Amino acid sequence: MRGEVPGPVLLEVRGVSLSFGGVHALREVDFLVHQGEICAIIGPNGAGKSSLLNVMNGVYAPDRGTITYAGETRKAMRPHRAAEQGIARTFQNIALFKGMSVLDNVMTGRALKMRQGLLWQALYWGPAEREEIEHRARVEKVIDFLQIEHVRRTPVGRLAYGLQKRVELARALAAEPTLLLLDEPMAGMNIEEKQDMCRFILDANDELGVTVVLIEHDMAVVMDIADRVVVLDYGRKIADGLPEEVRGNPEVIAAYLGVPTAADDRALKEAS
Amino acid sequence: MIYREAGQFRTTYAADQRIFPIAQDRVGVALLLAAAFVGVPLLASNYVLTALLIPMLVLTLAALGLNILTGYAGQFSLGTAAFMSVGAFAAYNIQLRLPWMPLLLTFALAGLTSAGVGLVFGLPSLRIKGFYLAVATLAAQFFVDWLFTKVGWFSNYSSSGVITAQRMVIAGVAFETPARRYVLVLSIVATLALVAKNLSRTRTGRSWMAVRDMDVAAEVIGIPILRTKLTAFAVSSFYCGVSGALWAFAYLGTVEPQAFDLQRSFQILFMVIIGGLGTVMGAFLGAAFIMLFPLFLNWMFHAVVRGDVRPGLLSQLELVCFGALIILFLILEPHGLARLWQIGKEKLRLWPFPH
Amino acid sequence: MAFFVEVLVGGLLAGVMYSLVALGFVLIYKASGVFNFAQGAMVLAAATTYAGLADRGWNGWLAFLAALATMVLFALATERLVLRPLVNQPQISLFMATIGLTFVLEGLAQAMWGAEVRGLDLGIPDTPLEVKGVLVSKFDLVASATAGTLVVVLALFFQNTRTGRALRAVADDHQAALSVGIPLERIWALVWAAAGAVALVAGLLWGSRLGVQFALTQVALKALPVLILGGFTSVAGAIVGGLMIGASEKVAEVYLGPLIGGGIENWFPYVLALLFLLVRPDGLFGEKRIERV
Repeated sequence: MRGEVPGPVLLEVRGVSLSFGGVHALREVDFLVHQGEICAIIGPNGAGKSSLLNVMNGVYAPDRGTITYAGETRKAMRPHRAAEQGIARTFQNIALFKGMSVLDNVMTGRALKMRQGLLWQALYWGPAEREEIEHRARVEKVIDFLQIEHVRRTPVGRLAYGLQKRVELARALAAEPTLLLLDEPMAGMNIEEKQDMCRFILDANDELGVTVVLIEHDMAVVMDIADRVVVLDYGRKIADGLPEEVRGNPEVIAAYLGVPTAADDRALKEAS
Repeated sequence: MIYREAGQFRTTYAADQRIFPIAQDRVGVALLLAAAFVGVPLLASNYVLTALLIPMLVLTLAALGLNILTGYAGQFSLGTAAFMSVGAFAAYNIQLRLPWMPLLLTFALAGLTSAGVGLVFGLPSLRIKGFYLAVATLAAQFFVDWLFTKVGWFSNYSSSGVITAQRMVIAGVAFETPARRYVLVLSIVATLALVAKNLSRTRTGRSWMAVRDMDVAAEVIGIPILRTKLTAFAVSSFYCGVSGALWAFAYLGTVEPQAFDLQRSFQILFMVIIGGLGTVMGAFLGAAFIMLFPLFLNWMFHAVVRGDVRPGLLSQLELVCFGALIILFLILEPHGLARLWQIGKEKLRLWPFPH
Repeated sequence: MAFFVEVLVGGLLAGVMYSLVALGFVLIYKASGVFNFAQGAMVLAAATTYAGLADRGWNGWLAFLAALATMVLFALATERLVLRPLVNQPQISLFMATIGLTFVLEGLAQAMWGAEVRGLDLGIPDTPLEVKGVLVSKFDLVASATAGTLVVVLALFFQNTRTGRALRAVADDHQAALSVGIPLERIWALVWAAAGAVALVAGLLWGSRLGVQFALTQVALKALPVLILGGFTSVAGAIVGGLMIGASEKVAEVYLGPLIGGGIENWFPYVLALLFLLVRPDGLFGEKRIERV
C-alpha cells in the first residue's frame, strides 16, 4: 500500500465547519480519503479530530460544507445511511453493549445484513435459523481474525480494556465495511497490544481491502502504518501529506510543542 | 460430577446456538415439562391449581412481556396492567360480539389489540427516556383505567363495570375443569416463553439489547432505533394482552376494575426485578416467588403469633416485607433469582470442587 | 367569566400545593440524583402519624414535632440502609429501591396507625372569601401561602448558600463527590430529612382538604406531571409546573370533563405532561442531557 498510486477518491469532505455554541470544533476542513489507503488524523487535544470523524459518519451535522461519499454529495450524513453504505467505526470511549457477550456484540455488527422477519425469528426455525447460522459463521471468521475466540461468551463488561477495544474493532469489521473509522483504537494499550492492533489494522487493509481513517496520538504507530497523514489544530487543517513530509512540517511541530509567547521569552531570560 | 460437560463437543454452530447446549440441561427440562404437563394435573388439588398455579402462570406471561420491554429493550414501563386490561376487555368483547370466533384466535386478536395500544403509547419512547418514560406509561395506566370504567360499551353496559368472561371451548372441547384450564394456560405460556427465548437470541433481541445498552452506538451500526423500540412495545404488549385475556377467561372468570390497577403493574415489576431483568427464567422465578411469598409469610405469621390479630395487619406486614425484599435484592443481587440460579449451576458444574 | 376565574384561581391554588409535593422530589433529586418514588408515601405516612397522634389527644404542636421526628428518623434509616449500600448504582436501581421504600412506608404507617380514613383539623376555617367578585377559599389561600413560602425559602437556599451548591454538585457523581471528601452520608440524611419535613407540611395541608387516606398517595403521584413540566432539578420549575398542572387540571375537569364523562382529573395531568414531553423532552426548566459517545 505504501508508495502505491492512491486509488479513486472514496470520501471527500469539503469546507466543513462545526461549532458548539461558541466553540469552533472544525473550521473549513477539506480533505480526501482514497480507496484502499490508511489515513491518520493527528493533532493536539481539542483539535477537532473526533468531531471530524463524527461528521464523516453522521453523528454530527456540520454547520457548513459538504460530504461526498458513494457518489452522493450531501450537507450531512445520517448515521443509519452511513452504516448502510458501508461506513463502520469505533469510538474513543468504547461504545460496546456492556450487557451482552462478545459474540452477541459482534453479531450486532451484522444487523443490517439480516433480513428475516419477526415471525420467523420467533419460531427460530427455517429461514431464521439458517440466517443466524450463516451470519454466525461469518462473525466467527472475524473473531478468528482478531483472536478473541477465548472470550466469545464472556460479557463484554468484564473484559480488560485492550480486549474491549479489540471486540469493538471486531464489531466494526463484522459489518464488512468499505470505510473504517477508528477513534484512538490504541489508547491506553501497552506496546504488545499496540503491535497486535497495528497488525490487525494492516491485515484488514491488506486482506479485506478496507479503507481506514484513524485518529492516533502515538507518532511511531502513525509513521509505521499510515499512508497519509492529516494534521488538525484548533479545528483547522494545517498539513496533509506523506508521514515523512508532515513530520518535518514546522507548523505541525509548532502546534504540538506550542508557539513561544513573549511571557515565555521573558521567563527564559530571567532563568538564565 | 453429575453436571460435567466433558465429552460433549459441539461441532456445529447450530448445536452451539441451542437453548440448552448441555445434555444434562435438556434432560432436566424434559423431565420438568413432563412433570408440569402430566404430573401436576393428575396429582395437584383443585385448590393448588386454581389459586396458585394458574394465576402464577398467567402473571408469568405478563412478567415475560414486561421483561421484553424493560429487561431486553431497556424501556421502563409502569403501565403493564393497562395492557393486560386491554387484552382482557378485547377478548371479552370479541367473544361477545363475534361468538363464532375460535377461542385461541380470540386470544391472539386480544394480544394484537393490546400490541396496537402498546405501539401508540410507545411512540413517546422515541424522544423520552428513563423516568420520563415511566411517567408517560403511567399516563397509559390511568387513561386505560378510566376508559374502561367510564365508557360502558367496553363492559357491555354492566352497572358495576365488572365483566364475566364466556366459557372456554376449543374445537368442541370445553375447558372448564381446573386441570384442563391449567393445561391450556401452561401450553400457551410455555409456547410464548419459547418465543421470547427465540427472539432474545436472534437479531430482534440483540437489537433490543443494543438499544438498551447504548442507543447512540446502536444507531451508528445501523440498527433502526424507532422500529426496534416500537417492536419491543408491541411484542411486550401482546404478551400482556394475552395474559390479561387468560386472567379473565382461565383464572377468575371475571374482571373487576381493580384487577388491573397500578398495584398490579407494580406487582409485575417486582416479579421481574426479583426474578431477574433480562431473562426468561427470571419471569418464571419471579412470579413463583411473588405468589408463594405471601403464603409463606402467612404460615410463618400464624406459627409465630398466637391469638387474635387486627385484620389487615398481615397484609400490611406483607407490604413491608415486599418492600424490604425489593431493596434487599437490589442491594445483594440486582440480577435477581435467575442470576442466583446461574451461580448455583456453575457451582454444580464444579462440584465437588470449590472452584 | 367570573366562574372561570374562580375555577382558575382554585386550580392555581391547588397547583401551589402540588408544587410543595414536587419540591420534595426535587430536593432529593438535586442532592442525590435519586428519583424518590416514595415521596408520596412519605406524605401519607407523615400525615397519618400526625393524625394518629392528634386523635389520641396530643397537642397539635407536639404532634407536629413528633411527626417531624419520625420523618427524620426515616430519613436516617433510609440513608443508612438503602442509599449507602446502593451508592453509585445506576439510577434505575435507586428508583426501584424507592418503590420498595414506598411499600415499606405504607405498610408501616398503616400497621402502626390503622388504615381507616381520618379527618385532619388544622384549625384553618374553610370559609369563602370574596375578592373582587370572585369566591376564594380561605383555606386554599392559607395553604398556598404556606406552600409558597416554603418553596421560595428552599429555592433561595439552593441558589445562594454554600451547602446548597455542594448539594447540587453531589447530585452529579456520587463517587467523585466521595473521593473529594464531601460527607455524602450526612448530606443525604439532611436532604431526606428536609424532604420529609416538606412531605409533612404537604401531608397536613392536603390531609385537611381530602382527609388522611390512601388517596393522598394518588395526589402525590400527581407531582410527577409537575416534575415533567418543570424539570426534575429545578425548584422554580416545580413552582411553575405545579401552577400549570393545578390550573389545567381544574379547568379541564370543569369544562372538558362533562363532555366525556367526568373523572378525567385522574389521567389528564399525565396526558398533558406526556404531550409536553414530546415537544420538550427535558421539561421546561430541566437540564438538557447531552449524550457523548
